[in-house]
Amino acid sequence: MNEDVLKKLEILAGAAKYDVSCASSGSNRNNTGKGIGNTSPMGICHSFTEDGRCISLLKIMLTNHCMYDCAYCANRRSNDIKRTAFSVNQLTELTISFYRRNYIEGLFLSSGVVKSPDHTMSLMTRVAKELRTLHRFNGYIHLKSIPGASPEFIREAGLYADRLSVNIEIPTETNLKMLAPDKDYTSIFSPMNSIRQGILANKEDGKKFRSTPKFVPAGQSTQLIIGATPDNDNQILTLASHLYKQQQLKRVYYSGYIPINTNDSRLPVLDKPPLVRENRLYQSDWLMRFYFFRADEIVNDKHPNLDLEIDPKLSYALRNPWLFPIDVNKAAYELILRVPGIGVKSAKLIIMARHYGRVNSGQLQKMGVVMKRARYFITCNELSSPKINELKPENMKQLFLEKPVIKKKDKYAGQLKLFTDNHFSN
Amino acid sequence: MNVWTYDKTFEGFLTLVFDCYEMKTFPDKIVGNITDQACIFPRNYDVVSNEPKAKRVWNGLHKKISNESCQMLYHVFLSEIPDIELSILNYIRKTFESKVNIELNFGDKYILEMFKINKKVSREAHRIIMFVRFQKTADDIYYASFDPKYNVLPLVINHFEYRFADQKWVIYDTRRNYGFYYDLKNTSEIKFTTNSIDNKTGKIDANIMDKDEQLFQELWKSYFNSMCIKERINPKLHMQLLPKRFWKYLIEKQTSIS
Repeated sequence: MNEDVLKKLEILAGAAKYDVSCASSGSNRNNTGKGIGNTSPMGICHSFTEDGRCISLLKIMLTNHCMYDCAYCANRRSNDIKRTAFSVNQLTELTISFYRRNYIEGLFLSSGVVKSPDHTMSLMTRVAKELRTLHRFNGYIHLKSIPGASPEFIREAGLYADRLSVNIEIPTETNLKMLAPDKDYTSIFSPMNSIRQGILANKEDGKKFRSTPKFVPAGQSTQLIIGATPDNDNQILTLASHLYKQQQLKRVYYSGYIPINTNDSRLPVLDKPPLVRENRLYQSDWLMRFYFFRADEIVNDKHPNLDLEIDPKLSYALRNPWLFPIDVNKAAYELILRVPGIGVKSAKLIIMARHYGRVNSGQLQKMGVVMKRARYFITCNELSSPKINELKPENMKQLFLEKPVIKKKDKYAGQLKLFTDNHFSN
Repeated sequence: MNVWTYDKTFEGFLTLVFDCYEMKTFPDKIVGNITDQACIFPRNYDVVSNEPKAKRVWNGLHKKISNESCQMLYHVFLSEIPDIELSILNYIRKTFESKVNIELNFGDKYILEMFKINKKVSREAHRIIMFVRFQKTADDIYYASFDPKYNVLPLVINHFEYRFADQKWVIYDTRRNYGFYYDLKNTSEIKFTTNSIDNKTGKIDANIMDKDEQLFQELWKSYFNSMCIKERINPKLHMQLLPKRFWKYLIEKQTSIS
């Protein structure tokens, strides 16, 4: 360990930061025989960056040399940047030393494509293998599988990793081909399929033999870049829903496009990354995973894009007023979850509390229900509040819009900027 | 005013519950017997910790409510919130005196309150697991200072024993001035009389530091800074997720570069 590693770390961590996934959850690898580490099924964050993202894993690239030339990527072949690579030893020592100091939950290793997808995959697998066997490391390992890698290399990687992920990046194939000429959906979905089949086969074996080694116990995930292409939210969420159901993915991440390569005419010119849209997509994702919503209830051909002003659950409620008001003392859990202002935690508390007697609005508030929102959509004992159908949904949106707080210095923010940097960079 | 004192341990508190039922009277105020709370009223009764008595109460509770709810009472006790003993006593009375199991009656504001305090204490315990930063000493001990709001160190020892089974470590609660030391076999409670730790930063003295420790701290800081995407900077969210009171012992939030 020396200064050389410090320089490499700066370059290769900086190169990896655009991957938003940092989960360390879903795996329960035990610390066997006084080795080092274990994984926690719920995942543990160890720090938070100034942009408000969790740091759970040492998220890093093996190398930022890359033979591909994807328009949206900082490490594409045609970019003139500093290139470097870690040796296997440097990376394992760094991981172990960080882990022992409780900085991280484990390693998230990604890489530029060198020589071939299979060659790159085998290099990454070597790091994971040495951590597991040589260092007896039982912490979390997330390996990125390289698009186009063949099934036998994926299978080997899966023996050491807790999670594997293949990034789709662009939500439609035509747009992907335009931005990333070296990739297509076959090269992405075939590794994804082999991981899924591997997991299924491993589960079957696990039923027969107790000693079956783990294979990708925390499942697989992927990432979609939002706003780099004109794909709408309906296309994005339909794809995500398909990935959860058919591919049995654990997580789909959405990453607001950050204009890294500003001089590429295939990419849009953005003032700032579409963070609100990204947030609305995550909210919709939560609705699909924890609130029993179907993708077509959130967006559909009639409403192809999410409302940026209000959250998707409220927007759903306003579009479907006939479902309300819901009686919190009688309705099923799934229906209570549809009420804006009631989340999973408070819904569960309501269900438990009503065994003991009727729940009133004061109690709801104490349980964490946001009455400011929920009052229009529920009935409970005495709560007297106009209901959605009396108020007319079309008049209601205004009620929920947060009053814009105009700070003094932002007063002219709405004014057209004539001389922005963008004008000159194009 | 019926004022009782006890030794501030959980065992002492359970003994107190036993004595309540034996003497058929309940205190209006409970204070530690080493005066930590000023109390103008005379003390009426001094509870003497007694393991068999405490065990009977604990077992009795397990017959009435789930293991999780019993653990919850212990967690709430560790919050050390003023007069929390009375709230726990109140909860225990409700449990013993009701014919039905009351633990899920979240419509009852006292029961909900216990549930919420338990959440807070558990969150604080989880924060030790998240934010503790070990520094390696020259004699291969990994040392960490922590300053938790509640007395939650006992709740996380298992986690660290299991995870770092092959390294010696110390986690020290600087607010309550005690800690735990794991020597590869057992974990024992320790108390420093003199120490070589900077109380402001939690840093160990340079002369007892492992030779690579400084470098790893630099590496970690550099990693932390490279992870941030400038276009997305969000100080409000950052503060919410990583509250300022934890910064003093977090290597990545210390600006001084030596």
